[in-house]
Amino acid sequence: MYLTHQPINLAVLIAQVSRADHGAIATFTGAVRDSHAGRKVSALSYSSYESMAEHECAGIVRETEAKWPVRVALMHRLGDLAIGDVAVAVSVASAHRDDAFVACRWVIDQVKARVPIWKRETYADGTVAWVDPTAPGGIVMSRPDAEASRG
Amino acid sequence: MLLQSTMSITVQALLFARYAELVGADRLTLSLPDGVRAGDAVSHLRRQHQADGLPPRVLLAVNGRQAAPERVLEDGDELAILPPLAGG
Repeated sequence: MYLTHQPINLAVLIAQVSRADHGAIATFTGAVRDSHAGRKVSALSYSSYESMAEHECAGIVRETEAKWPVRVALMHRLGDLAIGDVAVAVSVASAHRDDAFVACRWVIDQVKARVPIWKRETYADGTVAWVDPTAPGGIVMSRPDAEASRG
Repeated sequence: MLLQSTMSITVQALLFARYAELVGADRLTLSLPDGVRAGDAVSHLRRQHQADGLPPRVLLAVNGRQAAPERVLEDGDELAILPPLAGG
């Protein structure tokens, strides 16, 4: 399982990849930032097409472990998060640091490109937007009457 | 072709995030002609379910795997219409 509605425990991820012959462990964590597109963010919610997201994450881990001599742990959080909460974590272990750093970067880039997860931001002024990297400014405002149908 | 098929198939359309908000639903049951392609199913959705706010080109998945608009749908398929991804 690569998705969780609970806080991500980095120690668990690191323990998953630790091995006696792996002297390097690179860990990336993505945390909720308090601003986006010039707006002050007060809260954030992640939703997902969970069955496909799990499949994509498993593929990313499998491909990474085939490309480099590494072990990979990956976890993405869903649901309501607060500023500073860890949203995503990647831990990559290898014999030496070069492979761990390169593979760790590749994993998080693949997660952003392939895993069906969406981010809904609430701003300090009460407005709400969907994060959309393809949109001008990176966000699309949410309809004010759409609360009942948020997915 | 002399005979046009009158068979129809049933497809579950899944909508997520902003698209669920646009359409006002996160799941719709579509009755579509046999042999329909995924892209045509989205056009049908736009016409029949007040989904004309969906952009002209959308990311699609069939049964949880990314699929091209040309993908031919089968009875019972799950067609997901995915907004631009924003994980991480």
